[in-house]
Amino acid sequence: MTKPLLIENARIVDPASGTDQRGAVLIENGRIADLALGGPVGVPDDAEVINANGLVLAPGLIDMRVFTGEPGWEYRETLASAGEAAAAGGVTSFVMMPDTMPAVDDGAVVDFLVRRAKATSKVNVLPAAGITKGLAGKDLTEFGLMREAGAVCLSDGRNSIQSTALLRTAMSYAANFDMTIFHHTVDNSLAGEGVMNDGLFATVLGLKGIAREAETIPLSRDLQLAALTGVRYHAAQISTEGSVDIVKAAKSRNPRITAGVSINNLCLNENDIGRYRTYFKLGTPLRSEDDRRAVIEGLRSGVIDTIHSDHDPQDSEVKRQPFAEASTGAIGLETLLAAALRLVHSDDVPLLTVLKAMTSRPAEILGLEAGRIAKGAPADLILVDLDYPWQVNENELRSRSRNTSFEGARLAGKVMRTIVGGETVFLHRD
Amino acid sequence: MADTPASTSGDFPPFRQRHLISIADLKQHEIIDLLDRAERMVPVSRQERKSLPTLSGKTQINLFFEPSTRTQSSFEIAGKRLGALVVNMSVKTSSVSKGETLVDTAATLNAMRPDVLVVRHGAAGAVELLSQKVGCSVINAGDGAHEHPTQALLDALTIRRHKGRISGLTVAICGDIANSRVARSNLLLLGALHVRTRVIAPRNLLPPGIEHLATEVFTDMEEGLKGVDVVMMLRLQHERASGKMIPSVREYYRFYGLDAEKLAFANPDAIVMHPGPMNRGVEIDPAIADGSRSVITDQVEMGVAVRMAVLDALLSGDQA
Repeated sequence: MTKPLLIENARIVDPASGTDQRGAVLIENGRIADLALGGPVGVPDDAEVINANGLVLAPGLIDMRVFTGEPGWEYRETLASAGEAAAAGGVTSFVMMPDTMPAVDDGAVVDFLVRRAKATSKVNVLPAAGITKGLAGKDLTEFGLMREAGAVCLSDGRNSIQSTALLRTAMSYAANFDMTIFHHTVDNSLAGEGVMNDGLFATVLGLKGIAREAETIPLSRDLQLAALTGVRYHAAQISTEGSVDIVKAAKSRNPRITAGVSINNLCLNENDIGRYRTYFKLGTPLRSEDDRRAVIEGLRSGVIDTIHSDHDPQDSEVKRQPFAEASTGAIGLETLLAAALRLVHSDDVPLLTVLKAMTSRPAEILGLEAGRIAKGAPADLILVDLDYPWQVNENELRSRSRNTSFEGARLAGKVMRTIVGGETVFLHRD
Repeated sequence: MADTPASTSGDFPPFRQRHLISIADLKQHEIIDLLDRAERMVPVSRQERKSLPTLSGKTQINLFFEPSTRTQSSFEIAGKRLGALVVNMSVKTSSVSKGETLVDTAATLNAMRPDVLVVRHGAAGAVELLSQKVGCSVINAGDGAHEHPTQALLDALTIRRHKGRISGLTVAICGDIANSRVARSNLLLLGALHVRTRVIAPRNLLPPGIEHLATEVFTDMEEGLKGVDVVMMLRLQHERASGKMIPSVREYYRFYGLDAEKLAFANPDAIVMHPGPMNRGVEIDPAIADGSRSVITDQVEMGVAVRMAVLDALLSGDQA
């Protein structure tokens, strides 16, 4: 039994309740035992006391889209290394995409992940179960058995289901088990051989573009099917102005729809590719500045519910290639919070909204107790210095892969302490 | 200078670039400098003993990941006329399929200490990537749909020799603009020299944003050719395009193939160019391709001169 822990003199920011004020939190037995805003808190004699000195105390982040390499590509990332990166980034829980080898398309693999994560990862790993076997878009997996094994949602990860009929069946069946479908919408034939956003910049680089419609057309289809089937549907990767409009319209009619955006699409645009920088080649391509502004507005106005890192470790072998031949993806667990705070520092989105999109909204979508600072909630918490200046250096990141889309970026804001289930799993040292 | 009495580079200020990857990297004066150097190389190829010893003792490796008899021979002859040791490496079966990455290949070749690598690759940006991993000069001999800078230089030299100038002319580039590195390099180079550029193609062969790269955009051949001084035709990859990008060769030829009727809309003294290899009867009427207005064989000759000039400029600049 660990000692009770008191964090006092903190700026408590809890998006679930809209709280932003000074206070203290008492942690006992892995949960928040007491919360005092302004007033005193009852402190057991043996409690360890941390003076937060005015730092922000927020719920630990819940990252809705993370790829690891375990099982199958452990040299890229293990659950342990992803856990280290997550802890250092203030991410206390992450949804792990099923794109492993073998894919997470069977209860036994889910069970393996749950046990393996408990044994090796510093943070909570929430497996997403594949919608189709091998994520191949052909045959449905056993939704119910995987849910029993611990899967929190359904997703084919990087892959997008092309068959409308299959997707309809999957949605109906998911609704049957009340599981949320996370879908990354790509019309594969329209995206074709495209490797970046369609437009002048792709033309200048001589690269094939991916039209925005390759995202919006299947998104429209999905939202119609979601209404038809009554499934809880999460549009996993919104990157265009058109998608924001489509989701906004659909949400006004269907409360079961939510949407997420990658931190990359909020902070970067197609120009960051420069001269074929493959770390900026992403599964959801970086779009134009107009699109970036539109998704920021979507986040601010509540059309977009969640922000995720889209953490996708890739080794240099597959990244140091000509742009069209290189793998997609960038790591992001460790930079998620600081990059998101850019939106706060630039006065684009209020702090509570940004944190909500990484704490209470993901928790609501996933049906988790975490993601809030309330009596009885799990003690998954972060202490954050909102203005701490630092520069990203790929060699100092904890992920096993180096492919950060924020290499060299100057960021303001850093996690000073991360607590998972009452245990400190990361402590910043200067 | 006693060792290199016939050097032409001595007359020019040192060339400040190490590589030639993209026309976009060149300033206007550097483009003109290269054209002037190439002009000096033309007579070398016409004299009986076609050699200059300026690159004697230098090693040039031609690394072609995509086959190209014409460009590879042109670079080979250019290097040999300057006295370089030229080695051709055609990577017929992609070494990537054997598990070796482009970066590995670069490291291997770099260890052989070449002075210049001439590289063609099917992927845009591949030559740039390779240039970052080697210690010698790198010349882009075509990377995907990105650039083919020596083609644009030889086209400009051909135009200048026929028209006596480049600035102020109107040049039409016709055909598969979307997939053409030749079009991109030419648009950049001609733009830098204040040429009015037009692109003419069916909408589906025009890449997005092209209106920012060309002065004018046309989808009608006759409209677009009105009053132009130079007609540049592009090769249509018709084996790949037919049924996918265009319905048929005969429809393409009807609307976008250069024949006498369409050429009549251009200026009476307009010249006809083609980077080769040509598809006669696809993008160009054989009678035009081999006719009096065609300067296509001149382009091939200027290709050698331009490549000699580029090799000389990069390698003698390296010495300085």
